[in-house]
Amino acid sequence: MAELNSKIPEGPLTEKWANYKEHAKLVNPANKRKLEVIVVGTGLAGASAAATLAELGYKVKAFCFQDSPRRAHSIAAQGGINAAKNYKNDGDSVFRLFYDTIKGGDFRSREGNVYRLADVSRNIIDQCVAQGVPFAREYGGLLDNRSFGGAQVSRTFYARGQTGQQLLLGAYQALERQVGLGNVTMYSRHEMLDVVTIDGKARGIIARNLITGELEKYFGHAVLLCTGGYGNVFYLSTNAMGSNVTAAWKAYKKGAYFANPCYTQIHPTCIPVTGDYQSKLTLMSESLRNDGRVWVPKSAEDSKAIREGRKKAEDIKDEDRDYYLERKYPSFGNLCPRDIASRAAKEVCDEGRGIVPSGFGVFLDFADAIKRLGIDTVKARYGELFPMYQNITNEDPLKTPMKIYPAVHYTMGGVWVDYELMTTVPGLYCLGEANFSDHGANRLGASALMQGLADGYFVIPYTIGNYLSPEIFTKPIPLDHPAFVEAENTVRERSERLMNIKGKRTVDDFHKHLGKIMWEYCGMARSAEGLTKAKKLIQDLRKEFWADVKIPGSLKEFNPEFDKAARVADFIELGELMVTDALNRNESCGGHFRVEYQDQGEAKRDDANYAYAAAWEFKGVDTEPVLHKEELKFENVELQVRSYK
Amino acid sequence: MKFNLKVWRQKSANVPGKLVDYPIGNITADMSFLEMVDVLNDDLIRKGEDPIAFDHDCREGICGMCSMYIDGRAHGPHHAATTCQLYMRTFKDGQTIYVEPFRAKAFPVIKDLAVDRSAFDRIISAGGFISVNTGQAQDANNLPVEKANAEKAMDAAACIGCGACVAACPNSAAMLFVSAKISQLALLPQGEPERKLRALRMVDQMDEEGFGNCTNIGACEAECPKEIKLTNIARMNREYLSASIVDE
Repeated sequence: MAELNSKIPEGPLTEKWANYKEHAKLVNPANKRKLEVIVVGTGLAGASAAATLAELGYKVKAFCFQDSPRRAHSIAAQGGINAAKNYKNDGDSVFRLFYDTIKGGDFRSREGNVYRLADVSRNIIDQCVAQGVPFAREYGGLLDNRSFGGAQVSRTFYARGQTGQQLLLGAYQALERQVGLGNVTMYSRHEMLDVVTIDGKARGIIARNLITGELEKYFGHAVLLCTGGYGNVFYLSTNAMGSNVTAAWKAYKKGAYFANPCYTQIHPTCIPVTGDYQSKLTLMSESLRNDGRVWVPKSAEDSKAIREGRKKAEDIKDEDRDYYLERKYPSFGNLCPRDIASRAAKEVCDEGRGIVPSGFGVFLDFADAIKRLGIDTVKARYGELFPMYQNITNEDPLKTPMKIYPAVHYTMGGVWVDYELMTTVPGLYCLGEANFSDHGANRLGASALMQGLADGYFVIPYTIGNYLSPEIFTKPIPLDHPAFVEAENTVRERSERLMNIKGKRTVDDFHKHLGKIMWEYCGMARSAEGLTKAKKLIQDLRKEFWADVKIPGSLKEFNPEFDKAARVADFIELGELMVTDALNRNESCGGHFRVEYQDQGEAKRDDANYAYAAAWEFKGVDTEPVLHKEELKFENVELQVRSYK
Repeated sequence: MKFNLKVWRQKSANVPGKLVDYPIGNITADMSFLEMVDVLNDDLIRKGEDPIAFDHDCREGICGMCSMYIDGRAHGPHHAATTCQLYMRTFKDGQTIYVEPFRAKAFPVIKDLAVDRSAFDRIISAGGFISVNTGQAQDANNLPVEKANAEKAMDAAACIGCGACVAACPNSAAMLFVSAKISQLALLPQGEPERKLRALRMVDQMDEEGFGNCTNIGACEAECPKEIKLTNIARMNREYLSASIVDE
C-alpha cells in the first residue's frame, strides 16, 4: 500500500523550493532524448508541460480529445491571472499572495505548495509576455492590473475578457513549435481510457482514437495527467461539454488516491438556468464585481413583482435595495471570495427575494459604475463580456442590471499528488485543475490560470528529472507486453459491455439525473441526511445506467454518444465518492458547506479534527473506499476564522 | 417554435453525403442552435436512428470547435457569433434551415457536420509562435509596448481558429486566420526577431495545405465571429513581400 508522503522539502518556507531545485536529480541532455513522456490534456497545464519538457529534450507524446490542442477548456477563462509582481506598488508580495491563497482556501491546502505557487507566479508573467501574450497595458506601455475577489491588492494581469484564451494560445504556440521541431507528437481527437502500470510504475496509456474508434497503446517512461476538473458531474456547469473526469478516474482505479472530491467551487456570477433543454451555464467573469454591485430588493413583495414582470429593476429605489454583500462584508464588499458570494446569493433567494422567474437569480448592477466612469470606460474594461451576455439573454447590461446566479465552475479536489506533483502511482503525475494540491477548499479568482501554468512551466520540468534520472536504463517497453495487452482488453470489454446494454434511456437522461442529485444534495449546502440519501440514489442510478443506457452506432466509428456514455459511467462513480467525502467531512470549509456546521450563516471549520486532506483509495466499485489522511501542518500562518467582514 | 431542418448527412470522408429533412417542433426562442440540435439528436437516438455528428465544446463562443454552415453562412445569420452563440430567436417560426459542414478542400469531412481542421495546427506549427524556451524571459515590464499596438495585437489575437473565414471564402482561403497570427506577433516587439521567417513559413504552409488565395471579397471578415479585420491580410501581404525580397 502506498504511503502518503507529501515530500515537502526541509527548511524555511521561503527556501524550500530553492533547496529542492538545488538538490533534485538531473538527466543529462543525451539521456533526455531516450526518455519518453506522455502528456494527457493540452490545457494550460498540459500544453505548458508538453512544450517545456520537449524544450528540455524529452520525447513527448501529447493527447487531447478536442480536434486541436488549442481548444482545451482553459481557453474559456475570462478574468485574469494573479502574480505577485507588485507593479502597482500597493504592498503586494510573494508572502501576501501565499497568505491570501491559503486563507482563500479556508486553511485546507499545503503551505509548501502554495508558497511555491506564489513564488513562481512572477516568472509566469515574464514567460507569457515573452511569448507575445497581449496583456492589457497602460499608456506608458507597461502592464496593467486589476483586482479580484479575496485580495486587497491589484495583482491580476488580464487580456480583456479573454485571458485564458491568450495564455492558452501562448502555450499552444510553444507546443506547436515543438511539434514542428519533431520533439512532440500530437494526438488530437484521442481520449485516454486507461493507465498502463508495469511493476507498480506508470508506463503508458490506452487511448481511443475518436475518429476511427480504434484502441491504441502508447508507451511512456512517465505519464502526466493534465485533464482538468470534474465539474460536469453536475451536468450543468460552466465547463465545456467535453470536460470529464475519465482520465483521472482511471488513474484512481489504478491506485492513485483521489483527494478532497467534495471541494467544488460554485461561481457566484453565472447566467441563471432558464430551461430543461439547457446544456451548459455561462460564466460572467468575476472581474465584473470590480464595478458591478450585487443586490436584490429588500422586500420579498418587490422581488415577486419583478419575477412576475410587474416591476423592473429601475423601479426599485436605492433605499429599497439590499446590496447584501456590501452590507454583510463591508471590508471586501462585492469582491468577497466566491464561496461566500455564492452562499449569500442562495440565502437571499431562499428568503424569496430572487428576481428571475425560477426564483434563483440576483442583480449585478453597473449603473453606479457607468455614472462614475462613463459608459465607454465600462465597455472598454469588460471587452466582450457585455455583448456576450446580451446575446444570450437578449438584455443590455448597460441599460438594465445583469441577472446572475451561482453555478458549478471549478473543482478544488482531484488526484492526490505530492510536492513533486506525483500521484501515489510512481511515474504518474497530475497537474493543473486535475490535481488537488493548491487551492484547499476554495479557489480564489485568477488563481486557476496561475496554477496550471506554474505546474506546467515551472514545477514539473524540475521534479520529473528526479524520477526519470534512474529511468535512463529503462528501454521503451514493447506494446505487446502483457500489461499493455491486458489493459487494452479491459478497456475493450468495458466498451463492449456498454454498447451491448441497448437499453431505453439516453446518456443525457442519466447525466441530467445525476446532475440533479448532485446539485440538490452535494451542491451549495449539504447535510448528513441529504448526503446519505444521495449516496443511495447514485448507487441505484449506477445500476440502472448499466442496465438501461441506450447508445447508438458502433465502437468502430466516430461515435460521440459512446464517448459521452463512457464519461458519464465514470461521473456516476465519482458522484458517489464526492458524497462519501462530503459525509466524512463533518465541518464547513470553503466550497464545502454542511448546514449542521455553521455560525450565524458563516462556515464553521473544525481544525482540531479536519485539518487534513482526505485521500481516498479505490477498493472496488461496490466496496467502500479507504480513507488516508494527510495532516496539514501550518507553521507560517495562524489558523483563523476566515473573515471578510 | 417549429422548423424544417435540412441537414447534411455523410457517413465518412469517402462516401457521398446528402441533405436530409428533419421537421422539428417544441423549440423555444431562448435555445441555442446547438441545443436545438441536441433536442433533435435526443429524438433520433430514441427512435433508434443515427444522431447527427457535429463538433462543439465550450458552448460560450471561445473554443472555436463548433463549425456549422447555416443557411449559406458560416456560423449562421447572427453577426459576430459562433454557432453555439446563435439563438433560435434569430429565426422565424416555421422557417426552413439548411445546415451543412464547413466546406473546403483543406477541411475534409469526418462525419456529417464534423470536419478536420488540423491544417490550422500545422500552419501554426510552421511558424506561428515566438521562439522562447521556458525560463529565458526577462522581467515583463522591461519590454514596454505602445498601448495602441498592444490593442491592435489583441484584436488580431482574438481569433479562435474556427475556420469560418475559410468556409465563407469562395476560394477557401485561410488568409484571415494566418494573417491574424502574423499581425499579432508582428505588432509586438517580442515578435521582431523572427518576423520575416514567420511570414514566409506560415504562408508556405498555408499554400501547401491546399487553401486558396485572397481575391479581396471580404466574406471572411463579414462572417468572422470575432470580427478579425481584413487589414490583417494587407499587413500579412506586406510582411510576406518584404520578407521575400530581403530573403533573396
